[in-house]
Amino acid sequence: MANYNLKINGKTHAVDVEDDTPLLWVLRDHLGLVGTKFSCGIAQCGACTVHLNGNPTFSCVTPVSSVGNSEVVTIEGLSENGDHPVQKAWEEIDVAQCGYCQAGQIMTAAAFLKQNSNPSMEEIDNAMNRNICRCGTYHKIREAVAQAAKTK
Amino acid sequence: MKTISRASRRDFLKIAGTTAGSLFIGFNWFGCDSPKVEVLSTEEILAQAKSFNSYLAISPTGDVVIYSPNPELGQNIKTSFPMVVAEELEADWEKVRVVQANLDTEKYDRQLTGGSGAMPHSWERLRKAGATAKYVLVAAAAKTWNVPAEEITVEKGIISHKSSGKSGHFGEFVTEASTIQAPEEVALKDKKDFKIIGTPVKNVDAKEMYTGKPLYGLDFYREGMKYAMVQRAPFGMKIKSLDDAAARAVSGVTDVVTFGTSVAVVGNSTWPLMKAKKLLKIDYEADGQVEGTVDHDQIFKDLLASGKAETRRKDGNVESAFKTAAKVVSAEYQCPFLAHSPMEPENFFAHVQGDKCELIGPTQTPDRARQAAADILGIPKENITVEITRLGGGFGRRLRADYAEEAVHISKAIGAPVKVTWSREDELTGGAYRPAVRYRFEAALNESGEMVGYKLRGVGMNAGNSTRENNFPSGAVDNVLIESVNYESSITTNAWRAPITNFLAYAEQSFLDEVALEAGKDPVAFRLELLNRAKSNPVGELGYDVDRMISVVETARDKSNWGKDPNVKQGFSVYFSHRSYVAQVANIEMQSGTPVLKKITAVTDCGVVVNPTGANHQVRGGIVDGMGHAMYTNLTFENGMPKQRNFDSYRLIRLKEVPEIETHFLDSGFDPTGLGEPALPPTGGAIANAIFAATGRRLRSQPFIEQKEFSDIKLEIRRA
Repeated sequence: MANYNLKINGKTHAVDVEDDTPLLWVLRDHLGLVGTKFSCGIAQCGACTVHLNGNPTFSCVTPVSSVGNSEVVTIEGLSENGDHPVQKAWEEIDVAQCGYCQAGQIMTAAAFLKQNSNPSMEEIDNAMNRNICRCGTYHKIREAVAQAAKTK
Repeated sequence: MKTISRASRRDFLKIAGTTAGSLFIGFNWFGCDSPKVEVLSTEEILAQAKSFNSYLAISPTGDVVIYSPNPELGQNIKTSFPMVVAEELEADWEKVRVVQANLDTEKYDRQLTGGSGAMPHSWERLRKAGATAKYVLVAAAAKTWNVPAEEITVEKGIISHKSSGKSGHFGEFVTEASTIQAPEEVALKDKKDFKIIGTPVKNVDAKEMYTGKPLYGLDFYREGMKYAMVQRAPFGMKIKSLDDAAARAVSGVTDVVTFGTSVAVVGNSTWPLMKAKKLLKIDYEADGQVEGTVDHDQIFKDLLASGKAETRRKDGNVESAFKTAAKVVSAEYQCPFLAHSPMEPENFFAHVQGDKCELIGPTQTPDRARQAAADILGIPKENITVEITRLGGGFGRRLRADYAEEAVHISKAIGAPVKVTWSREDELTGGAYRPAVRYRFEAALNESGEMVGYKLRGVGMNAGNSTRENNFPSGAVDNVLIESVNYESSITTNAWRAPITNFLAYAEQSFLDEVALEAGKDPVAFRLELLNRAKSNPVGELGYDVDRMISVVETARDKSNWGKDPNVKQGFSVYFSHRSYVAQVANIEMQSGTPVLKKITAVTDCGVVVNPTGANHQVRGGIVDGMGHAMYTNLTFENGMPKQRNFDSYRLIRLKEVPEIETHFLDSGFDPTGLGEPALPPTGGAIANAIFAATGRRLRSQPFIEQKEFSDIKLEIRRA
């Protein structure tokens, strides 16, 4: 057990957990930030995607001990009122079916568009290919990322 | 383990914790753009609302609360059901709040998600719920204003009497209306007057999903609850010995509980349990058949040859038809086991207290979960409550209550509330799979290339009947024999989106392609020839509507420009399942010698389309699902255990692997006939037939990428 001061969504959170605890479980079980989802646990599906210093990161394989002073942003902290351009595009295009993977999809898309504000469809495909949607909303995910890029 | 900050969790409990036992409330955030308007919470509305029936409550403020009883797993029922109620009520959709109802078998029947049946079953009920409420509101207004009810009109929640100039919103009449007896029978709207049904109303949970609010079972938390994870035995085995010392020694683990062939580790958070579970030392011993995929392959061959078959259908004289045939075509098709792999792994909360039990979580069949808990605890069903969370996918997996049962066992054993969480490895090894199946088809053709004999023999595993004997082409052929052989496997199986037909459709539609080729006929013309025969002179009982099937076939032919472009190699498939009809055409273009799958065109007749966005989602999602599993996914067994245990080896389709999908819906005039499953079955056949048209390779087993016929094709998938 060790104490960690984590910078999450602009605030500092103190937790006392084992060093190897993945950031995912610190967020979900210890801080009640359950918007970040558990699905595969081995960095294959992207449901657990958060931003670490702006980079899309699989929180399920990120030990809390490796987070250090990095700025962590979760879906809860992506915007004040759920009005980030990517969230708005997701609403407008009505992307979700079951919705479980969509927080991770949104976090991947938001990080990608920050680094590439005018992407080609091929670049969107490459960026979003790391997240699985079992319901098969891929067409709408693609459409929503393209729309968010336009409105940024 | 100490938790320091819990602020965000308390906030959510405050928002979601109080209403009528309902934890998760769906909001329409209609007030967001106009901050001056005070937006009441759903709790505040319900506190003053009058209930009109099981589906509907209206408050004096004019706000309408509509309960959605069926579990929402992505089929959009939580949006579509209330749309139907609101339509007949003539409500203003902007004033509607949707609440997921808890299990209540007094108020609702068929409170489950399965068989694409929710909308067909409830269509009439939902319309009546809205229409009877409108009737009493109008009657109340007529009484208040002393005018004839017939002269009153209702639009967007406003009741008006034109000649006197009087008008008011629903809320002004709820008190009076609640004293008026609702009629048994009530006039329903003409379909052509629908204003909400048929429009792309947005998902009622959108805002919460996209801002990370707790909606799903796995997000559920209650102060003081324990967490648990379970190690289950391989299929056909039981526990011989258990050494749990190392698991118990993990910091954060508070208990180890054994029940049946399962061992549960219990603790204060999830991560220590993941570690502790790996430290359990369990020796298993055989307690039945311990099977592997190699055994299954042999079993299929043996039972196709000599298994005791149940005759499902017999028309004419098959023996003589095949004896006198000009040509006989035969082929065998096989598919593997599959897991459901919903993105949200199985989980459930249970709190057993004496002779009472509280259940909360993602289930497609809340009543089954309740019954299972009653059986385990030996208490009456009435003592058990079930709260339905939003489901992160289901695909049939959550028809089973096994993971809810685990929570009940553990809560009872430790005397505390507990949430059971499955890992992905648990999900892939935990059973209830789509079973493997093998089919043998035989067709007899006469001199003119007409199919005069048709035989199908299926060998299923725990499948009961692995055929759909009254489905096409039955009814279109004089001599038919359909047989089913069942093998009882120790590996547990379960319904998987479009049970049986998820593979039978592919096998049958591929085989009919083979027959058309042998008959020297165009695959679409060949199907239409059979369908026209079934229409003009049907043989025996038909389980499908020939006209509806002909319509989707002809429309798909036309919309896809079937056979018009020599550079586009096409594959056709059509299937009837769960009351609806879907035809699909896959297009493969040859680009410098490489086959490129570019597009799938789908034509659907599901009756009235309640929500075009939801309908498009179900068709495209069904196609992506059907394609992904046909192309990539395999679950194989060794010693009673699956070899693929996570998404690194159990391959699901990804974004770059889907072609363009064009959807069309036919206005057939029928009431809704269901859409959660029917778009999936035709997909594998359309793709396999297109691959054959492009490359001459016939794929008779799934997944395609593991077949030797596929290995050097180098199929690419590209949109546009």
